[in-house]
Amino acid sequence: MLVILCPYCGVEAEETELTAGGEAHLERFGPSSSDSEFENYLFMRKNEKGITFERWHHTYGCGKWFHAARCSMTMEIFGTYPAQTSKPPKKLISMIKKKRPEWGEGK
Amino acid sequence: MRKYSVAAIVREALRYNAGWERAWRSPEPKKQYDAVIIGAGGHGLATAYYLGKNHGIKNVAIIEKGWLGGGNTGRNTTIIRSNYLQDSSAAIYEKARSLYETLSQELNYNVMFSPRGVMMLAQTEHEIRGYRRTAHANNLQGVETEFIDPKTVKKLCPIIELSGPRFPVLGALWQPRGGTARHDAVAWGYARACSDMGMDIIQKCEVTDILKSNGKVVGVETTKGVIKTHNLGIIVAGNSSILAEKAGFRLPIESVSLQALVSEPVKPCMDVVVMANTVHGYMSQSDKGEMVIGGGTDGFNNYTQRGSFHHIEETVRALIETFPIISRLKMLRQWGGVVDVTGDRSPIISKTPLEGCFINCGWGTGGFKAIPGSGWAMAETMANGSPSQLASAFSLDRFREGRFIDESVAAGVAH
Ligand SMILES: Cc1cc2nc3c(=O)[nH]c(=O)nc-3n(C[C@H](O)[C@H](O)[C@H](O)COP(=O)(O)OP(=O)(O)OC[C@H]3O[C@@H](n4cnc5c(N)ncnc54)[C@H](O)[C@@H]3O)c2cc1C
Ligand SMILES: [Zn+2]
Repeated sequence: MLVILCPYCGVEAEETELTAGGEAHLERFGPSSSDSEFENYLFMRKNEKGITFERWHHTYGCGKWFHAARCSMTMEIFGTYPAQTSKPPKKLISMIKKKRPEWGEGK
Repeated sequence: MRKYSVAAIVREALRYNAGWERAWRSPEPKKQYDAVIIGAGGHGLATAYYLGKNHGIKNVAIIEKGWLGGGNTGRNTTIIRSNYLQDSSAAIYEKARSLYETLSQELNYNVMFSPRGVMMLAQTEHEIRGYRRTAHANNLQGVETEFIDPKTVKKLCPIIELSGPRFPVLGALWQPRGGTARHDAVAWGYARACSDMGMDIIQKCEVTDILKSNGKVVGVETTKGVIKTHNLGIIVAGNSSILAEKAGFRLPIESVSLQALVSEPVKPCMDVVVMANTVHGYMSQSDKGEMVIGGGTDGFNNYTQRGSFHHIEETVRALIETFPIISRLKMLRQWGGVVDVTGDRSPIISKTPLEGCFINCGWGTGGFKAIPGSGWAMAETMANGSPSQLASAFSLDRFREGRFIDESVAAGVAH
């Protein structure tokens, strides 16, 4: 069972309290974009084996969306951060790099 | 290859079973092949088999990082059915189901196909309407299914509780020629036939990179060295995104964990497959007597072949409502597989942006049933360099073009 800290209400929430929301920081494209931009936004996913940034919803808690950095091989949660950002915080990135020197960010 | 037969059993019985051969060779890789398949799951092995049998391409290697059949093919709950809503799905799944009917004879290997009938319960008004519609569509597609009433459900499966507290059984979609098969045997049977045609199955060998030149594939780098080819099939289920990245393109796929479990063996009590999509559970009884149970997927990406325990709990809780008789059964084993789920929940059999490189993936929670048909269509696609008729609707560009194959009614649950 994953246990993830909600950055809003500070609750250590169990997986059953949360809803997974998929890949984080997708760039939104609208009707004026090209077909492939729209396709990328809607369907194409990084689906990383290893460190992944994703969205979570504190459904049975404060009801807010937030972000988490997690490893899809070990289930380790590196940290969580609020939804109002288009990229992970620098501090979190450098913490992950320290823990996983072999990690190639942004691949 | 020595044929398996009654005479062979008698012969071997008379000489202490000393004459059985290994079912397939385990060769070292050659430098170059006419075609290379990555992944020795059911889909990879079937593709290789039909490349040889239907198209005469026999200088083929199948490269597997673990052991053959050790991926989702050896982890699934073996439900076989073809009662899909859309014509393109019904065509390929019914092709597969009909090939299963004679697969044991074709491969000279007992895959234990058992067309015992598959029942998908309708437990809401929506499901009734959805399944009636599917039954009509199946009639037009030439797939034999019918919508049956609760009395018939009870007759076909006496251990079912029709008037459960939350979701009473209101009817079912019934496919009499659906059923199960022995999952390992399907992989082993195809592997033996491939090896017999001279193909090389290379196990414990991981593909670590895909080699390209001028936009064309020229080979693969593996833990046993470089292997050259101009015709490459990527057929690796949950690992598809990783190999696609190495080939230089992205996929509309997420890898999630799907779990199953089996009970202690009990006397025969159920001779059909029952799927209850509203409560997320399905069950059948294996020939050994174990109740084989599967449930839903986790919501998050996961490469560990382990899922969340609470999903198993939910599935078992739901099935106890439908089958009160199992409430005191002990469960023997539980496991997970990494399944590859696409944006429209339908599979991909396609050319890719890299010339000479083809991909077969996205079967997600329900591709065991499709193995023979998928291999047939993938082989045709790789042999001709362009999508076969069975495969054309499943191409990668459908996501850009908005040609989705929407099967949410027919496949509301893992299957
Ligand atoms: C619990 C569970 C229950 C299921 N129940 C059903 C069911 O009832 N009915 C049904 O129809 N389907 C079911 N499925 C789905 C079905 O199992 C899959 O769709 C199907 O087996 C996929 O076959 P495959 O050959 O594509 O993949 P796999 O059998 O997973 O084979 C892919 C192979 O590729 C290999 N590979 C990966 N990366 C590399 C690499 N880099 N180099 C070399 N080799 C590599 C893997 O080791 C693996 O052996 C279920 C799945 C699960 C997990
Ligand atoms: Zn919260």
